[in-house]
Amino acid sequence: MSTLAALARLRAVHTGAAQRLATVRHCHLSERPMVLIPLRLAGEAAAPLAAMAGTDPARPRLLVVPQPRDRDLRFAFAAELAEILLPYIEGLQKATETVERRGAEPFERCVDAPQVIVPNRSAVAFVQLLGRSTRFRRAEGEYAVHPSVPVLGRWLTFLAQRAQYPGSASLLAATEAMSLHWATGQSALEDANLASLMGWIDPPPGMTGAEAAREAEDPLVWPPAGPATDPGFDSEVLAPAIRAYAETRSDRAAARVGEAVRSQLEPTWRLMWRAVGLLGALPAGPGVAARWEGDRASFTGFAAQLAEGGPPQPKRDGAVGAASRLARMERAQASYDAQRAYDDPLVMAGHRLTGEAFTGTVLAADPDHAEGEGRGRKLRPLLTVRTSDPVRLAAGTRLGTPERRGQQAEVVEITGGHVTLKIVKGMGRGRTASPGSVPEVGERVCYAALTDEYQPPASLPAPEDTPWTHGGPPPEHVPAVEEPDEEEWA
Amino acid sequence: MDRLDELRGPVPPRPHDARAIAALAANPGCARRAVLDAAGIDKDATATHLGFPAPFGQSPFAITRGNVFEALVKESGCAELLRLLREILGLPIPLASYTDLGDVGGNPSAHLRHSHTRRLLDRAARDGDDAGTLYDHPLLRLDIAGHTSYLEPDVVAFRLGGRFHIVEIKSFSVIDGQAEPDKVAAAARQAAVYVLALRDTLEELGHDPARVSHDVVLVCPENFANRPAATLVDVRRELAVLRRQLARMTRVGAIVDALEPGLTFDLVPDAGGAPTRPVADLREAVRGVGARYAPDCLSTCDLCFFCRDEAASEGSTDLLGRQVRDALGGVATVAEALGLADGSLIPDEGQEEIARLLRLADRMYAEVS
Ligand code: SF4
Repeated sequence: MSTLAALARLRAVHTGAAQRLATVRHCHLSERPMVLIPLRLAGEAAAPLAAMAGTDPARPRLLVVPQPRDRDLRFAFAAELAEILLPYIEGLQKATETVERRGAEPFERCVDAPQVIVPNRSAVAFVQLLGRSTRFRRAEGEYAVHPSVPVLGRWLTFLAQRAQYPGSASLLAATEAMSLHWATGQSALEDANLASLMGWIDPPPGMTGAEAAREAEDPLVWPPAGPATDPGFDSEVLAPAIRAYAETRSDRAAARVGEAVRSQLEPTWRLMWRAVGLLGALPAGPGVAARWEGDRASFTGFAAQLAEGGPPQPKRDGAVGAASRLARMERAQASYDAQRAYDDPLVMAGHRLTGEAFTGTVLAADPDHAEGEGRGRKLRPLLTVRTSDPVRLAAGTRLGTPERRGQQAEVVEITGGHVTLKIVKGMGRGRTASPGSVPEVGERVCYAALTDEYQPPASLPAPEDTPWTHGGPPPEHVPAVEEPDEEEWA
Repeated sequence: MDRLDELRGPVPPRPHDARAIAALAANPGCARRAVLDAAGIDKDATATHLGFPAPFGQSPFAITRGNVFEALVKESGCAELLRLLREILGLPIPLASYTDLGDVGGNPSAHLRHSHTRRLLDRAARDGDDAGTLYDHPLLRLDIAGHTSYLEPDVVAFRLGGRFHIVEIKSFSVIDGQAEPDKVAAAARQAAVYVLALRDTLEELGHDPARVSHDVVLVCPENFANRPAATLVDVRRELAVLRRQLARMTRVGAIVDALEPGLTFDLVPDAGGAPTRPVADLREAVRGVGARYAPDCLSTCDLCFFCRDEAASEGSTDLLGRQVRDALGGVATVAEALGLADGSLIPDEGQEEIARLLRLADRMYAEVS
């Protein structure tokens, strides 16, 4: 954690109100996101108990499994969730745009993509498990399920894999999205509780954030945002209701379970939309659209895979796939960090504090400075910047700058509060620097040793980050003979 | 250790189960916890009486699921478990038998049951034959700061080729070879407690304690079915942590000696067991032993809400977690850190660096937000 973020937390404690950690929004926010709040039966790996879902805050859909241990009811739940999620996803596949590329075929990309927002990290993990437990199901044979179930499973898996990709906004955890933009006066551990996090950021009138956060810890006032339910609720309300249903299988008993879980879900539903509203009120950072383009391309590619009848995503990555995936993820993370810094002076300030970035005023500029002779002559404009930031950069370090994205400079030397650097890229190809490409004396500038060179393959179908068409098809899933039994969603 | 009894009051010491013992290692720097645990004080009751009941509860669904899975694994003389053990420990198929150590008859005391376990384990350790034997329901014993805790595991010990393995049955699922890391970690910590207790028992009997393997067998349901699968988990690290913490607890004497004479956490229960101690009085007593609150306490210690409240009223930076505290270079209070940041406080010696950083952060925050 940066000293800046730590200081923001201290200020939050002191003032009783959350503090901004960003001046712009760093995640894409869809015009029509789908909020999904899944609940799981305690003690079970992936037995759904209920879910609240929808794109309209005024019209949540409630799904209930009145007896979560009943396999048929669980798959009925999955089919019902498919009824909500699949039309949303399929509707977004219709409108496409043609993307031209240099040296390659143009391709079609959906103009929008699904965005599912869940309360927290555990809900993301649950989405992944739900995907895992449904994508291999079959619509015929002994353990037949509704044909929409395996399709749902693949989309849930797609979303969960995207969620691991730095900067993707296809599946967001509300607590993480909010924590990226606000610092509270409590620990990161407590921030994982959506109600208490929202208490700090948006307390009800007449309450400080600190007070609201404390109140939010009472499960009777604010039921947990799932997927785990409150143990007290389980024993006092849910267990008797499920037992009554198991005994009678009546509609009345099912409705009783439904009302019980509704009471747990509704407060979170409202919180989720408040979070969406607060995020929406922030102006989007410049890099957001480009990252969302990556999500759209990935979505387009996966939809095509599915349409072509590709196999379900494999259970595990191959070893080679996993290793190269890790490397790609690291680069993507570095790139995402850099983009946020270049988009947001408050994020950049964190890097200035560690000495990897600095701001200052141009003291001297030599825009015509060149290195080499004759044909080897290279234009290398020189700049001297005065700064009071604690710069910790070695000579030769590559720098980028938010003022002129695409430009690159190199540290020549640092003495006292003066940094001399030369511009090595992004000042035109002529004998002299193109107009405006070299900062003038007196200009405020910022340079940072953060590289944003990694371009996600925008044109290719990437279920997570991996373009399958490039990396070869994933290992075909060969179902084991006893699988239906073994795989029974018990 | 009558001073410890005095601290606890006229109630029997709370026996530690493996989970509680494993949790002892969670916040080793906390004197408050060390003293309360060493004295066998019921921290949950203490926290409740202080008005800060612990936020821990277990869902009846989770309990049922755990019991059902354990029953399944142990069905018909642990048939399923034996199959798994043969696989994972490479035992030839016919060689394995089952002994129920809980089968003592009547309603024996823990002491009797433990002696029975000892006797049979002793015999097994002397026995030269190589056949695998499963010992169900052993009752182990571990001494903690002078108090004996009996450990009643849902765990069994398996002997193969002269070596014993602890088997731990857990009902969280392993899906595609992965389980929730916190759950695996908690299971490993608990299993380490059993390994230690079993090693102590063998050692007392004059056998080599190293005959208890540090590889424990973790049995969990696999994927989405109830079918159990076994994995070997190396608990050497957990054992080392546990040993260190237990050694610390035997040294708790030094902390206890430094406590004010007459200090007690006695809840003064009435005839029905309800506490009658004035709350303010108890609060003073608890505050008499220094705590070291960290957000991790929220999942490991019954007193967490009390200690958090105390840390908040002191304006301690501990409240915000280790990461923040590290970023603040260990500055202890929010007021001090903010004072250094806005320059209203002169840094102490050794604080110059963090003060400079905080002032800079403060300036930047004002400049860009
Ligand atoms: S909650 Fe309090 S007593 Fe328990 S470990 Fe934390 S600081 Fe110590």
